[in-house]
Amino acid sequence: MARKLLLEHINVPGINTFEVYRSKGGYASVEKALKTLTPEEIVEEVKKSGLRGRGGAGFPTGMKWSFLAKPEGVPRYLVCNADESEPGTFKDRYLMTHIPHLLIEGMIVSSFALGAKTSYIYVRGEMMPQIRILERAIAEAKNAGFLGKNILGTGYDLELYVQPGGGAYICGEETALLESLEGKRGNPRIKPPFPAIAGLYGCPTVVNNVESIAAVVPIINEGAEEYAKIGIGRSTGTKLISAGGNLNKPGVYEIDLGLSCEEFLYSDEYCGGIANGKRLKAVVAGGSSVPILPANLFLKTANGEGRLMSYESLSDGGFVTGTMLGSGGFIAFDEDQCIVRNTWNFARFYHHESCGQCSPCREGTGWMEKVLHRLENGHGKQSDMDLLVDVSKKIEGNTICPLGDAAAWPVASAIRHFRDEFEWHVTHASEATVRNYGLAHYADPLPKPEPAA
Amino acid sequence: MLRVEDTVQTPVEFSPELLNKFADIVSRYPEGKQKSALLPILHLVQAEFQWVSAPAMDKVAEYLKLQPIEVYEVASFYTMYFLRPQGKYVLEVCRTGPCCLVGAEKIMDHIEQKLGVKEGDVTPDGLFSWRGVECLAACGFAPVLQIGPEYTFYENLTNDSVDKLITDLREKG
Ligand SMILES: Cc1cc2nc3c(=O)[nH]c(=O)nc-3n(C[C@H](O)[C@H](O)[C@H](O)COP(=O)(O)O)c2cc1C
Ligand code: SF4
Ligand code: FES
Repeated sequence: MARKLLLEHINVPGINTFEVYRSKGGYASVEKALKTLTPEEIVEEVKKSGLRGRGGAGFPTGMKWSFLAKPEGVPRYLVCNADESEPGTFKDRYLMTHIPHLLIEGMIVSSFALGAKTSYIYVRGEMMPQIRILERAIAEAKNAGFLGKNILGTGYDLELYVQPGGGAYICGEETALLESLEGKRGNPRIKPPFPAIAGLYGCPTVVNNVESIAAVVPIINEGAEEYAKIGIGRSTGTKLISAGGNLNKPGVYEIDLGLSCEEFLYSDEYCGGIANGKRLKAVVAGGSSVPILPANLFLKTANGEGRLMSYESLSDGGFVTGTMLGSGGFIAFDEDQCIVRNTWNFARFYHHESCGQCSPCREGTGWMEKVLHRLENGHGKQSDMDLLVDVSKKIEGNTICPLGDAAAWPVASAIRHFRDEFEWHVTHASEATVRNYGLAHYADPLPKPEPAA
Repeated sequence: MLRVEDTVQTPVEFSPELLNKFADIVSRYPEGKQKSALLPILHLVQAEFQWVSAPAMDKVAEYLKLQPIEVYEVASFYTMYFLRPQGKYVLEVCRTGPCCLVGAEKIMDHIEQKLGVKEGDVTPDGLFSWRGVECLAACGFAPVLQIGPEYTFYENLTNDSVDKLITDLREKG
């Protein structure tokens, strides 16, 4: 069994309390960082670790940190992105619920490395229970001298606050998040300037995902080299994958990057195969925004190589035959699922969540939703598929923020891989309202494992 | 869409306890950045009054030294703020793709039938309303629903567990 870096102690009773967390070696990275390392050395370690942002874009964390502007006399901020709203993604919620001190510990080390004296954790407002958990953990850490003035007698001061959102997927986009934290509507900002130059209150700011910040703890504890030994190629370390949909064992798993997709999906250590003895039809590997893949292409690349859970392997084949690791929101579709209906559902989601600033996104997402709705309900036309592809192309790349792309990709990829199912919705309109298309030729090539007696 | 004339115009008073909570939130931000407190304060207002009325928003604006429109535009942008009265318990069911793969739509149908009101409407006794919401970051425990103001979570829903929940809440009143 692979070693866990983030979830190692997740099942220890009381690990959500400071006492138990500390007794398991918690907050060691704060002592090491504040007492023996300079901020520059920490940034260098994170760079060397190869850690890539776990929020979805996969941008190298150390590099992002090194871009932070440091003008004299201007405060700098670290803001943790705990908005977690990408459909399929539920790893940050899991981490904050069960091992909140890991995030607090990572925030202290990261804030020190960036020279931030006030940091915020922006949590989506629906996660009120997690907000309470974090607030309690912060109070405990402060009581123990790990937050507040003169932490551990080192002279470093840090205040850490939890900020609730108001319910808006777009506030996961980092500049929309900063607007929201300033008490405004979550309209993404035009970049540049990037937050590293002008972020929160116009000051230099780093925004990082919960899991990225948590990963700083083992990087400092074990050293960058040890961390980088885990994984494969430029996908170093471990990754939390939240697995949902039609699985025997949905849940949050910490994997070594580079684990085979087949093992992740079928082994009992992870998802345990498809629920109810059904077969796999399709997979969304990294949250609703990434292209959907039919079972065969998820398990093997177009060259016939076994696919791996890594940034590079999942994107092998580009958008023609590949996808992306994204946020690690893994969704499995069994043979009974309707791709058209799911594509409509996602389009509806993006239309609902578009902030409305750019016309291609605001209008295009609505148009795609409408066309998909009529296809799903037996009123589609053969020309609708080309229309959808055309609309998706007109959105892609023509918007202020990547939500436009995120809305376009699932639609374009569903039509690319499942065009026959869309066409069947037109040619068999009335049948399509009462039954699903089924598996057709999109089955997983593996023999169905016998369900345990 | 927020139409101010739709909202009840009864004046509201903020209790000293509530104002203390406001002040604690404002202290988290630098001097002059008190606008950052707007979202958290709107949550507190909603927890107190069960929805966010125009007079309440005006009061919040006054408190934070903002124009009322700055509060209206924020309250209407975010989905969590109720701009008209709701049932005492609002059942918010996730309706996004992953939850639908394991039966979220059937759960919503069941809730509609059980409560006898359409999405967004309030039951005659004033106790319940329900609506579909987007992915709640709990897709592995689907179908799920939440109930404010503490956003208590109910996972792996079945018709039976929904029935029991509604019965329990009815008894509680
Ligand atoms: C529409 C949209 C939604 C996003 N939602 C999230 C989110 O919920 N959580 C997150 O960490 N990043 C999200 N991101 C990515 C952030 O903009 C940003 O890249 C990320 O927080 C950076 O952190 P990382 O480098 O540690 O991944 C989203 C981006 C877009 C365009
Ligand atoms: S792409 Fe969509 S969500 Fe992003 S800024 Fe434009 S309208 Fe808003
Ligand atoms: S889709 Fe329902 S919780 Fe994510």
